[in-house]
Amino acid sequence: MDVAATRAPMRLVTGLAVALAILAGLAPVLPSYVVILMTEGLIYAIAAASLDLLLGFAGLPSLGHSAFFAVGAYTTAILVTRHQASFGAALAASVALAAIVSAAIALLVLRATGIYFMMITLAVALCAWGLAYRWVSLTGGDTGIVGIPRPRVPWVGLASGTLSFYYTVLALFVGCLALYLLLIWSPFGKTLVGIRDSESRMRVLGYNVFLHKAVALVIAGAFAGLAGSLYAYYNGFVGPSTVDLAHSMQFVLMVIVGGPGTLVGPLIGAFAITFLEKMVSVFTERWVMVLAAAYVVTALWAPRGMLGLLRAAR
Amino acid sequence: MEFWVNQTFNGISYAALLFLLGGGLTLIFGVMKIVNIAHGSFYLVGGYLGVALFAATGNFYLALVGSALAVAAGGVVLERVFLRAVEGDDLRQMLLTMGIALFVQDACLLVWGGDPFSLRGPAYFAQSVKLGGFTFPILRLFMIAAAGVLFVVLWWFEEKTRAGAMVRAAIDNAEMTEALGINVPILKMAVFGLGAFLAGVAGVVGSAFMGIYPGLDFEILPYAFVVVIVGGMGSLSGAFVAALVLGLLDNFGKALFPEISYFTLFAPMAIVLAFRPTGLFGRA
Repeated sequence: MDVAATRAPMRLVTGLAVALAILAGLAPVLPSYVVILMTEGLIYAIAAASLDLLLGFAGLPSLGHSAFFAVGAYTTAILVTRHQASFGAALAASVALAAIVSAAIALLVLRATGIYFMMITLAVALCAWGLAYRWVSLTGGDTGIVGIPRPRVPWVGLASGTLSFYYTVLALFVGCLALYLLLIWSPFGKTLVGIRDSESRMRVLGYNVFLHKAVALVIAGAFAGLAGSLYAYYNGFVGPSTVDLAHSMQFVLMVIVGGPGTLVGPLIGAFAITFLEKMVSVFTERWVMVLAAAYVVTALWAPRGMLGLLRAAR
Repeated sequence: MEFWVNQTFNGISYAALLFLLGGGLTLIFGVMKIVNIAHGSFYLVGGYLGVALFAATGNFYLALVGSALAVAAGGVVLERVFLRAVEGDDLRQMLLTMGIALFVQDACLLVWGGDPFSLRGPAYFAQSVKLGGFTFPILRLFMIAAAGVLFVVLWWFEEKTRAGAMVRAAIDNAEMTEALGINVPILKMAVFGLGAFLAGVAGVVGSAFMGIYPGLDFEILPYAFVVVIVGGMGSLSGAFVAALVLGLLDNFGKALFPEISYFTLFAPMAIVLAFRPTGLFGRA
């Protein structure tokens, strides 16, 4: 291993630690609406980074990630409003169910690759939207599930305040981030990158490509389920819009705007899109137009995201 | 008995709409190998233009052809100006079509507002034909006829003409086709226009059948994608069979099990993917 390769993770960890310290330290002095936005940004960052494991590291361009996010969100909404589940139980059930659903979906979608994989995962997300919309007795249909209270956190109590909920989400975010880093530095993560770069080579070398991809899908699905669960608590409402096309694609956009395959990029992308939406909405009703422009500009001029542009400028 | 005949007839007429929608998408996928999220937008614009043209001219068939041609022209411009620029990168093309779909959605909302429209069509659309004790609405008969005629024409074009052979060659191997001296870029543009044309026709017919309103572009997209995947991506005959199967399943599903009728969309796709990943008529 050369010096640069050993130094890069150290720089990455230092950078992330500084960023997290800023996120944690600034919150008490910021206005509460900014803290609310930061909470949303953190939740989306967990989901976007989990999609980056697939899209950027494993080379699996999944367009259906919102399906697992929605499984987590609906699981939490249903357990909390109808069965008074505790925070820990709702979180665990959401993660477990999202992992199970993504294991089942993995069996269906993994025989396809490339553009076929994209078509099929998108169709899965579209069907998930349809189920959320029509399976009224379970999901509440178009009206969704309302009145999800803020969680009661061990040692903290009811995280009903903006700050206490923010720190709860931040703590979970740090945990996820640590797991993501361990994952991409592990032999498993390196194998995924190998599969992305050349599937046939990895197969010849004796790696079980299908199994690695399936496990990656399950892991990413579980993290998306966790993000979905937090989103249900954050939003207080879960409806079909959680899994509609615009929402599904937003995760993909966040990953690519930041820089796929970098892990840090999607975190930045998630914050950028979240803050952009709220800031644009202040000035104009045409947020959708601005979002459309974000897609087109990213596709035409920044396919490797902001980090890609930075790297090219250097 | 009456229930079964009526529901089957309704299912087939719904299948006609699904074929117009999915047939265009499968053609585009076959030749261009892109995830065209803007396909629902073609449908939406086709519908709105159809309503406007019918209001202006009073002639349904003029509105149908005019609107579909306008959508096709839009598709050609889209392909030339945007998709061509990022050719060969699946994700970038997908992001572009998503951006365009959002733009069209918001633009339609600006122009036509949030209220639903319905295209009444000629007076005889509201009447029905009585046959052996059963009644068949003329609008639905027209839908079936339009889809049937278009399928036969497209099938004949793809299987029996020289240009159709080029299209089939490009579906199987675009690079090799180009190496043989066939102008694949022009072919792609034409096929994209044709796919948009079909979606435009579907939009006009659909707005007469079930109206047109904001958000419908994303609502019908699941059907289009499932038709393409079940039929086999790129296969016109596959789309035809898949549309029939899904149209009937959806209709009986809604009538018999309204609560979980959306499984009638997801379940066939899951079953086909499990046993035949390339779809009913797809080739690996």
